[in-house]
Amino acid sequence: MTATQETTATTEPKQRSFPKIEFTDSEAGAKEFPSSKSRTYSYYTPAKRRATMYEDVTVDVQPDPDRHLTQGWIYGFGDGPGGYPQEWTVAKSSNWHQFLDPNEEWDQTIFRNNSAVVHQVELCLSNAKRARAYDGWNTPWLKFIERNVGAWMHAENGLALHVFSSIQRSGPTNMINTAVAVNAAHKMRFAQDLALFNLDLSEADVSFDGSAHMEVWQDAPEWQPTREVVEQLTAVPDWCELLFATNIVFEQLVGSLFRTELVMQIAARNGDYITPTIVGTGEHDYDRDLNYTRTLFQLLTHDPDHGDANRALFGKWMTLWVPRCLAAARALQPIWSQPADKAVTFATSLDAATAKFTVLLESLGLDIPKELSL
Amino acid sequence: MSRQSLTKAHAKISELTWEPTFATPATRFGTDYTFEKAPKKDPLKQIMRSYFPMEEEKDNRVYGAMDGAIRGNMFRQVQQRWLEWQKLFLSIIPFPEISAARAMPMAIDAVPNPEIHNGLAVQMIDEVRHSTIQMNLKKLYMNNYIDPAGFDMTEKAFANNYAGTIGRQFGEGFITGDAITAANIYLTVVAETAFTNTLFVAMPDEAAANGDYLLPTVFHSVQSDESRHISNGYSILLMALADERNRPLLERDLRYAWWNNHCVVDAAIGTFIEYGTKDRRKDRESYAEMWQRWIYDDYYRSYLIPLEKYGLTIPHDLVEEAWNRITNKGYVHEVARFFATGWPVNYWRIDTMTDTDFEWFEHKYPGWYSKYGKWWEEYNRLAYPGINKPIAFEDVGYQYPHRCWTCMVPALIREDMVVEKVDNQWRTYCSETCYWTDAVAFRGEYEGKDTPNMGRLTGFREWETLHHGKDLADIVTNLGYVRDDGQTLVGQPHLDLDPKKMWKLDDVRGNTFQSPNVLLNQMTESERNAHIAAYRAGATVPA
Ligand SMILES: [Fe+2]
Ligand SMILES: [Fe+2]
Ligand SMILES: [Zn+2]
Repeated sequence: MTATQETTATTEPKQRSFPKIEFTDSEAGAKEFPSSKSRTYSYYTPAKRRATMYEDVTVDVQPDPDRHLTQGWIYGFGDGPGGYPQEWTVAKSSNWHQFLDPNEEWDQTIFRNNSAVVHQVELCLSNAKRARAYDGWNTPWLKFIERNVGAWMHAENGLALHVFSSIQRSGPTNMINTAVAVNAAHKMRFAQDLALFNLDLSEADVSFDGSAHMEVWQDAPEWQPTREVVEQLTAVPDWCELLFATNIVFEQLVGSLFRTELVMQIAARNGDYITPTIVGTGEHDYDRDLNYTRTLFQLLTHDPDHGDANRALFGKWMTLWVPRCLAAARALQPIWSQPADKAVTFATSLDAATAKFTVLLESLGLDIPKELSL
Repeated sequence: MSRQSLTKAHAKISELTWEPTFATPATRFGTDYTFEKAPKKDPLKQIMRSYFPMEEEKDNRVYGAMDGAIRGNMFRQVQQRWLEWQKLFLSIIPFPEISAARAMPMAIDAVPNPEIHNGLAVQMIDEVRHSTIQMNLKKLYMNNYIDPAGFDMTEKAFANNYAGTIGRQFGEGFITGDAITAANIYLTVVAETAFTNTLFVAMPDEAAANGDYLLPTVFHSVQSDESRHISNGYSILLMALADERNRPLLERDLRYAWWNNHCVVDAAIGTFIEYGTKDRRKDRESYAEMWQRWIYDDYYRSYLIPLEKYGLTIPHDLVEEAWNRITNKGYVHEVARFFATGWPVNYWRIDTMTDTDFEWFEHKYPGWYSKYGKWWEEYNRLAYPGINKPIAFEDVGYQYPHRCWTCMVPALIREDMVVEKVDNQWRTYCSETCYWTDAVAFRGEYEGKDTPNMGRLTGFREWETLHHGKDLADIVTNLGYVRDDGQTLVGQPHLDLDPKKMWKLDDVRGNTFQSPNVLLNQMTESERNAHIAAYRAGATVPA
């Protein structure tokens, strides 16, 4: 730069000066004039009578040529339009903007809720350490946690980075993408919590191999079909199929089967009050995440123009993903007999999971796949 | 957490990734870059267990300050001249923020090294935070500031306004085209590393001088997340540098990204800081002085130049030319005058300038008065309705400018305008580099190599084309920039809120708006040549 000044630092003490603050009387209501009372966002219609904070900070932040965008997207991809094309899924909606996240996630809810979970988990883990809770665990249970909870955390992390993070670039509205981004945050936090729990255990005075989880996830036969489905999920290019296959099918038939129907049921019987607290946060997250997912797919299956086609489409998606997920679930069967106290059988757990899955599908107005009744 | 347990925690979290063997993640967004030879980088992983409480704590401070500002009647001392420009700025910025979130999977997909995926996913959450926290600040302004018009239609106005579009490319540039060009070089290596300092620090600091301490509270909080984003980007940049084949692409993208950021950010932020402030102390830094500190010294000298040791060619010439445009070619002053010329199609009010302002400008930018002073005197003279037309339709020695096809800021440094027939259309550009960006960089081939993933310039890029041949009153009505009496315009060329002094639709009716680009394309060759020559020579009326 030819014009660079030598240095701005001078040796003589600088006279300090301050901006003058002035009384301007620029507060609301100081004058009456056209629009002086126009104090709501006027460019969208809120779902209820009054706009929520969530709507105000989310709706229309991602522009749309179908709404107010007049000059169109000003950058395109080498092989197609830019922005957020509706064609990035084969599912169709007569109005994608109708979806609002029932959890109303935005800045404050994200950090408040996740911090609350963090505090809860940390308290639980520090109490466990202080009370030397792990000392009382029997060897089969330690092994169970070491191998299976250890393997499962990979699935959570993979979904965070390569499923939910991915989807949130592709949805046609800000409301969809933000809900999915929060889902990714949940998964990442939960995966890490499981990993740090694993670290605590490997540092406790018990027999626990903190590195065993890698080999189990990569090679143990009972976990390979699960890893296979997770990897297959990450390879799905259609964002809506990916969300459906993950949150509707995989999470019900594999995720909840493992977390709710197995770990949550048997941990206490094996003297473990710690794991259910942590895994319970994952279940709590999934509950929230299922809530927005169900809302979205209900809109799609009940769409006035495309409902029938969408239901057929989701049926088709299930013919692919239900068998894959059931295969993964069934492969996990051996781990039900690993703990000393086998409080539930695999059959009972799978029945419970498929029953809940059936209820979910009914709530979406979808036919129950024949594989479920076998 | 102790350092030792932190190290262990990082190592443990790294164990969560694995090499897939059954299927690999879909490549939704391609890149022409290659990372086969990328060295393993191990940037610090963010531990969610400390991340969430840390951000919650930052949030608490922000929301606490917001409550305090309202209890303390902050708006009794806020300068309207300043806050009006926030109607523009805050309509734009939440979109680039959320776009940064959306860009993260593009970078995750493009860069195979799992070591950096975690940091990128955390950045995604940060950016959701930034977008929504800024929307909330804007809502607070709408609720508590004297004139909510313009805030109340913010996202619609952003989407149909010429200035909104200029800002929109900033966000669209993050999420479209080659994944590395967009999500790494344009977003992180240039926008975040260089320009967030002016956007999120320098500009909000000016807000404080104008009685608004909420803008700095929110944006400093936003900026505190930025160092992590910058190091994400730097890691990817180093990986890209490891492969010789990426060299031409990196150099292309640095030129494009640097120049486009300069054109867009300096236009907007420069205008806000220089024309939106009431603080005319002679020792307060001008935008040019801030630029020198934040961009030239902190970015160019401390970040870009050191990259030369990796054999990368830095766009020295473009850094110098940006500086030249700011200090010698009046870039910011031209942009401010252009915004003020277009006031009827704005959704914010632009104050007149006083003798104090004139003095300050002359002090900071010697020669300012002879170039711009007269025009601002005319702006003052023509501020009220009833006697005259809006200034754009009066002869005040100013020709409505051609728009740059690439950066969409007009070709305001008239002698630099480039006119070329590109894709069968006569297009105007503000500079050689903007011409190059359209004609050479954003194409499917670069320096003899296929670049199928590079983006394209699309859309109705000249805003005026959409409104060509229409009456100004109808344009304003169609845009929705009318207050709730159905008559008074949102935009005004002064700050007086006396309804009798505010322009109404009838005051602007009878003026036909014309697109310079449409007219240019209708000209014969000799007409066009004469027109361009006169424009470059600074003609005050179209030839
Ligand atoms: Fe940001
Ligand atoms: Fe950022
Ligand atoms: Zn340009």
